[in-house]
Amino acid sequence: MIAISHIIPLFVAISLLGAFIISIIGKKLKWIPDVIGNITTLILLGLSILAMWTIVTKGTLVYSVGSWKLPIGIALVLDGLTAFMLITVNLIAFSVSIYSISYMERFTSKWKFYTLFLLMVAGMNGVVVSGDIFNLFVFLEIASVASYALVAFGTERHELEAAFKYTVMSSVGSLFLLLGIVFLYSYTSTLNMADMANILAQKSASNITIMVSVLFIMGFGLKAALVPFHAWLPDAHPSAPAPISAMLSGVLIKSLGIYTLCRIFYNVIGINFPLSSILMILGTLSMVIGVFLAIGQWDFKRLLAYHSISQIGYVILGIGLGTPLGIIGGLFHLFNHSVFKSLLFLNSGAVEYATGTRDLQEMGGLATKMPITSTTSLIASMSIAGIPPFNGFWSKLIIIIAAVQANHLGYAFWAVLASILTLASFTKVMKYAFFGELRKKWSEVKEVPFFMKIAMVILALICVVGGALLIPNINEVFLKPASDVLLEGTKYADIVFKGIQ
Amino acid sequence: MLFCCGLYCILVKRNIIKIILGITIAEYAVNLFFILVAYRMEGRAPILSSEVEIVNMVDPLPQALVLTSIVIGLATTTMLVAIAMRIYEKYGTFDITKIKELKG
Repeated sequence: MIAISHIIPLFVAISLLGAFIISIIGKKLKWIPDVIGNITTLILLGLSILAMWTIVTKGTLVYSVGSWKLPIGIALVLDGLTAFMLITVNLIAFSVSIYSISYMERFTSKWKFYTLFLLMVAGMNGVVVSGDIFNLFVFLEIASVASYALVAFGTERHELEAAFKYTVMSSVGSLFLLLGIVFLYSYTSTLNMADMANILAQKSASNITIMVSVLFIMGFGLKAALVPFHAWLPDAHPSAPAPISAMLSGVLIKSLGIYTLCRIFYNVIGINFPLSSILMILGTLSMVIGVFLAIGQWDFKRLLAYHSISQIGYVILGIGLGTPLGIIGGLFHLFNHSVFKSLLFLNSGAVEYATGTRDLQEMGGLATKMPITSTTSLIASMSIAGIPPFNGFWSKLIIIIAAVQANHLGYAFWAVLASILTLASFTKVMKYAFFGELRKKWSEVKEVPFFMKIAMVILALICVVGGALLIPNINEVFLKPASDVLLEGTKYADIVFKGIQ
Repeated sequence: MLFCCGLYCILVKRNIIKIILGITIAEYAVNLFFILVAYRMEGRAPILSSEVEIVNMVDPLPQALVLTSIVIGLATTTMLVAIAMRIYEKYGTFDITKIKELKG
């Protein structure tokens, strides 16, 4: 019987293997990339559900690479938060890869797309499972480099410009991270995050910790596109092909930015008052500025990209509150946002696929021609705007309640305001794109192919039933372990060392 | 200091190639700093042997890590140069003030 902790490295290994096979034989056989890409993501999704199940039944798992003892060897850790992120990442990856079967027909080299796509998934899974701070950095770079290439995939003027901007800003972000890691290493002389947390807890707070926190906020802020560092996002997201926009916005900025931010601040450095206020202020700023910028946009995907900034603000606000309810709300919103924002990007891709434009002013009346696209995008818009039965409403409600409970009425007010503005801008989208008079030039427009429909319908269903995740029994399995990890704070170390090896 | 020099280059220069150079300089600065963190006064190479007793050795771990980070840097730089070449094909210039069709 193989120990159950052996499933952890598989998350990275399977996606790397998939990328490898596609890059070798995908060029010759046209059907290979589609099949292998989808099988790989399906297996990963299955594995992450299995991982979630083992977390609930057995507790935290630890896998030491090459059987080196902790803290010397590289550790891979599977705990509640990790399992939660794995499910989010692989769910979106799976639906996106179904969608790409049809969508990517327009581009010439599909096998390159799938290779890069799987590399990106491997990087993100790696970031999430890694228990070692330098490995986290390496996986982060794998995912980033793959995403630079994917943003530039169209190799047209706009794509290249956006990709260049994104690459420069993101590599500066990585440099800040590396510098932060160097300072932490020189201070604690260890790279294992659990061990580091122990040593930092023994030493009293010093200027080095503050300096490192600042470096990490800059680095992860750049990756997560929080407001002062957001300039790359509205260019990069619209320029990438639609499935990649969905991946970038849905999971890349979350696993690279928010997950790492939470992990390091809550579990390694330990959260304190100034840090959590900085997070809350950054969150609120992103929330409000993002939505104000979004409301004036006429490009469908650019509008969505600004909304990503705004919704990331909600997540950071919830997590920054630091109360149990706030963290649950933040994580729940993270999951919900992955689902509905990916869905919206896929919808925008479907509209572009059918009509060839992204300009809202040129669309109109598409609801009659593309019923499935318009229905799913109506569902997603209502979720993102926080209309009651859908998942977005519940998570926003929790965050706002948590803010009020923690006596941060100002933040709660801004959260409500941003939510109303979101509603306004999505009313605009629905009105101009899908309802109203059908224009003559779109009378020939057809609904998108079968596979794209499937992907959109799956995500829409999750949006509808998403609110059910809050029902106590399901909550225990899905969200509770994840928020517990953050609440336990620097006790993380003990848990990792005790974990089943 | 070198890091600041690189950052200055990224922020101020208008030529794409110079921005790429700036990133490379900043990257080397971090790598160099990492190596220096591991330096001990009068240290020797960390080679394990049975004859000599090791008294004072430099920390070997950062050297391994820097190797990895150099490789990552190589990948990023290659990516940047590739994009820069394609940009030159499309726009016919390296000046970023002339390449601004997107408004961030």
